[in-house]
Amino acid sequence: MSVARFWRKIPQRYNLIGTRCETCGTYFFPPRTFCPECRREGRIVDYRFPGKGKVVTHTVIRSASEQFEHLTPYVLAIIQLDEGPRFTAQVVAKPGEIEVGTRVRPVFRRIAADGESGVIHYGTKFVPVR
Amino acid sequence: MVGILTYGVYIPRYRIRVKEIARVWGANADEITGGLGVFEKSVPDMDEDTATIAVEAARYALARRKVDPEEIGAVYVGSESHPYAVKPTACTVGEAIGATPHMTAADYEFACKAGTAGIQTCMGLVQSGIVPLGLAIGSDVAQGAPGDALEYTAAAGGAAFLIGNRDPIALIHRTCSFTTDTPDFWRRAGQDYPRHGGRFTGDPGYFRHVQAAAKLLLSQVGAKPDDYTYAVFHQPNAKFPRRVAQLLGFTDAQIRPGLVVPHLGNTYSGSSMIGLAATLDVASAGDRIFVTSFGSGAGSDSFDIEVTDAIESPDLFQRAAAPSVEELLKDPVYLDYAQYAKHKGKIVMQI
Repeated sequence: MSVARFWRKIPQRYNLIGTRCETCGTYFFPPRTFCPECRREGRIVDYRFPGKGKVVTHTVIRSASEQFEHLTPYVLAIIQLDEGPRFTAQVVAKPGEIEVGTRVRPVFRRIAADGESGVIHYGTKFVPVR
Repeated sequence: MVGILTYGVYIPRYRIRVKEIARVWGANADEITGGLGVFEKSVPDMDEDTATIAVEAARYALARRKVDPEEIGAVYVGSESHPYAVKPTACTVGEAIGATPHMTAADYEFACKAGTAGIQTCMGLVQSGIVPLGLAIGSDVAQGAPGDALEYTAAAGGAAFLIGNRDPIALIHRTCSFTTDTPDFWRRAGQDYPRHGGRFTGDPGYFRHVQAAAKLLLSQVGAKPDDYTYAVFHQPNAKFPRRVAQLLGFTDAQIRPGLVVPHLGNTYSGSSMIGLAATLDVASAGDRIFVTSFGSGAGSDSFDIEVTDAIESPDLFQRAAAPSVEELLKDPVYLDYAQYAKHKGKIVMQI
């Protein structure tokens, strides 16, 4: 990943900064600049998601791409935030430790790195609420 | 008056027992545990480092108190294991707590006392009116060479203290330092692991500096050890802080709440700060806390702290909104040495 590509999305990676349409109340993550329902009536504002949500579905990655090989086996899940948006994220848990519906909260972790000398990509993973 | 507005601690969930490390190196586990008073130490997860620990500690601090992050005008992260040699951990922390861009930031390095040096800097900036709030963090994923004495204790963890002057939960009445050029422990540029002077780290290093800074502070504030409810000393092992407390006239009861090293290990820059946090976890309004850190190289920072009514005022501060040190030490996941080596990146991989 280029340095610029990582840097551009730091607000989303670190702090789950999305958007919300003040007209219809819909939340967007990743952020949208335009509400597909309200169209020109929509008023889009930034919204920082607290990050609490639940596991919609999950899988265990045992054969990963090169930069995630050292983490295998790891849990990848679709998370639904309490405000509605869904996205894919890693869950810091042992395989079998979570199930559909498990409540999760965000944690700040090292996601990947551009080799031994490149930029470290920090971001958000999730952990089961204990 | 300047003081601590809130604090937070983060400790990774993984542990390795001292006896497991001793097993690998053919050492006598009972002798080591008996000598150090340390039974296990924390180990970072595969995706945790000084920056992630610092961010989690800072976020826990902000969970305990409603603060506008944009008022945090300074962030200092003390560590001897910053993820980058050049690029500040403090910028990552500032971004992750929403304090950027109107803030100053820097990383500090002074062996195990870089975090308390950050507290002193924040005190100066707040007292001079340059910033309304300053955040000082001590965080480390401490390194110890395989088979070296340090490996039995070098742990991972961090603590964050928000310094300001509006309704602090604890006033910092005074701070002072004692610093000399003493090569008791060091890591040369480009080296993976620190080296140390063995027993030389004791008398000319730890004991000289901790005692000198502590006595200086006691004389400056005109206090005696029994004027304090609690005392916290840097804890590279359990023996040193107990011994220095005794030499200075503090009791076992005074240091007990803050003596976290037996089941945590030495979190280097986090060490005395986590000890202070564990003490604040149980402190009540009016309690006085004496703190002396130590960083090899060498120096000590002493603090005269008094807990205020704000610590018990739910409108200002909610202690239970973040986990206590005792809670963070509960329910660990134990690793064997091979798993520990993988977590710490000690295994040479094919690239």
